Amino acid sequence: MEFTRRETLALGGAAALTFVLPFRANAAVDDAIAEFTGGADLADSGVELTAPEIAENGNTVPIEVSAPGASAIIVLAAGNPTPGVATFNFGPLAASQSASTRMRLAGTQDVIAIAKLADGSFARSAKTVKVTIGGCGG
Amino acid sequence: MISRRDFLQVSMAASALVGASGFGNWSRLAAQQALTQDQLLQFDTFGNVSLIHVTDIHAQLKPIYFREPSVNIGVGDNRGAVPHVTGADFRRLYGIDDGSPSHYALSSGDFSSLAQAYGRVGGLDRVATVVNAIRADRPDALLLDGGDTWHGSYTCYHTEGQDMVNAMNQLRPDAMTFHWEFTLGSDRVQEIVEGLPFAALGQNIFDAEWDEPAELFPPYQFFERGGVKIAVIGQAFPYMPIANPGWMFPEYSFGIRDENMQAMVDEVRAQGAECVVCLSHNGFDVDKSMASKVTGIDVILTGHTHDALPEPVLVGDTILIASGSNGKFVSRVDLDIQNGRMMGFRHKLIPIFSDVIEPDPEMAALIEEERAPFKDQLEEVIGQTDSLLYRRGNFNGTWDDLICDALMSEREADIAMSPGVRWGPSLIPGDDITREDIWNVTSMTYGKAYRSEMTGEFIKVILEDVADNIFNPDPYYQQGGDMVRIGGMGYRIDIQKPQGERISDMTLLKTGEAIDPAKNYVVAGWASVNEGTEGPQIWDVVEAHIKKLGTVTVQPNDSVTVVGA
Repeated sequence: MEFTRRETLALGGAAALTFVLPFRANAAVDDAIAEFTGGADLADSGVELTAPEIAENGNTVPIEVSAPGASAIIVLAAGNPTPGVATFNFGPLAASQSASTRMRLAGTQDVIAIAKLADGSFARSAKTVKVTIGGCGG
Repeated sequence: MISRRDFLQVSMAASALVGASGFGNWSRLAAQQALTQDQLLQFDTFGNVSLIHVTDIHAQLKPIYFREPSVNIGVGDNRGAVPHVTGADFRRLYGIDDGSPSHYALSSGDFSSLAQAYGRVGGLDRVATVVNAIRADRPDALLLDGGDTWHGSYTCYHTEGQDMVNAMNQLRPDAMTFHWEFTLGSDRVQEIVEGLPFAALGQNIFDAEWDEPAELFPPYQFFERGGVKIAVIGQAFPYMPIANPGWMFPEYSFGIRDENMQAMVDEVRAQGAECVVCLSHNGFDVDKSMASKVTGIDVILTGHTHDALPEPVLVGDTILIASGSNGKFVSRVDLDIQNGRMMGFRHKLIPIFSDVIEPDPEMAALIEEERAPFKDQLEEVIGQTDSLLYRRGNFNGTWDDLICDALMSEREADIAMSPGVRWGPSLIPGDDITREDIWNVTSMTYGKAYRSEMTGEFIKVILEDVADNIFNPDPYYQQGGDMVRIGGMGYRIDIQKPQGERISDMTLLKTGEAIDPAKNYVVAGWASVNEGTEGPQIWDVVEAHIKKLGTVTVQPNDSVTVVGA
């Protein structure tokens, strides 16, 4: 049979992949970080980010963030047209400072989590999540 | 790998860990000209626990030929490390004589002539003989199946895995993990798993909706053997919904989930496990990486990437065992566990030379029973081959060249694509090609051969994407498998470049012209992971092509130029 153009696109899985890979961080990411931290230094430990190495479905990628004692955690998808994903705020009565959500990723990119810790300092964690056509497993 | 010298150093560093490999015992057999079953099975029982490992059988019940790869490139930290050493280099590394049985079983080179000398390998009835012999030495040995068992043959396809389930049940494994099994669809998987008389394990098999461990697949199982409390933790193939059609098992989510693996190791240790074994379908390099991150695993029985290594690879205090594929090998690992510590091990990768090892009569009878209803279909001769037909290798194999030719010819396409899977036995020159042989290299539940138009730019995107799934320097971003096979088009690949920059010089072979990114090309392929793919089944396409050819001769393929290896 002949494939229509629509089916052809579907063959490739994620049509978004026809753009240049991987998606680069854009200026909006730096702006969002600056707004959250006020330009403060970022420590490498203090916030944990759990995300898959390769997304099973780029349209709904599960992630989890955790930062003991934090008052807020911001999550950014550095390669999305709109990088902001979520800001989780934790009140003084919060039993734990962790949260999970799902996000949509336009392509392979870094997911970034930044936490405002109890002492007012900031910590950053990032992980590359790959969005792929797939289809050739052994 | 562990060279003998390094191994001594490692043992001293670990102070309590001593080990030996049975490998030398059979490499020396070369000089003796004759192999016997006793020699292949010879093993001085050691310690208090025995593990028997089989993996990636791909439904091969009968003896086959299986050529190991000549091209298997390692990247990043694994550049030049086993299993990314092939052919003569592999033999030098392990001190294997050219022309010896180990040469034939473990490495490429002179395959066709050695195959004639040493004969076929594998056959689950021979595997049963080996398993029974080990059980005679150690009645409570643990038999562990690394998965990719219920996929890969005519009978397996037509019985939806039942032939393999019946055969394996007779072999009595203690636990199993999974990959291609899920391509039977989640309903069928559930139906089989609910009736299994052994543990179906996967710490990384999660419920997709709730992101919680799936109830059907416990993370681990305890066994008490030789007075030792052993925990076996399962690790299914992490990238199933990506490498295979996720729509066939939408209820499940996978991933490496090494943080959960660590939690499970800690949990079983807290419950008194004296020995922790991970039954894994991660692929060798992923397991190696995981072993460096997760602490407390004594043995990882690796799978998925089909590597056969005659000695364990040591990462920290963890030993990694690689037991090959297609029923060609059985690994025996004896452990000495004292006070919750692995004090030593003895290992042997047993090659299943099917002319040397006696078939187990009960298993042989069961196999014949499973095949009987399909006998005429299986044995029908479709053509002959003048060439060695094999699949393994990073970029192409003659089986795939033939399949791509069939796609281009039968589907009238400019370019053909064939998935870089690692299963599928070989045929040697002069062999008949039966229907069973064709199914052995094509059988799957999503085998429809599509015909489609793709732009040159999109073809490049596909190649770049697949290349990164193999050559990403971080094993956690690799899916295993090999490069998608291309017919009708040549290209250059620079392994060391990042995604998007590896592929260049794409050329349409029939005209010699460069591929135009904006132009549409007719592409035929198979094994699309997308739902609703239409076209004839790939095995029918290949059968029609071979029938027309009569005798198959595959020309050498030099259309892929590889740099940076």
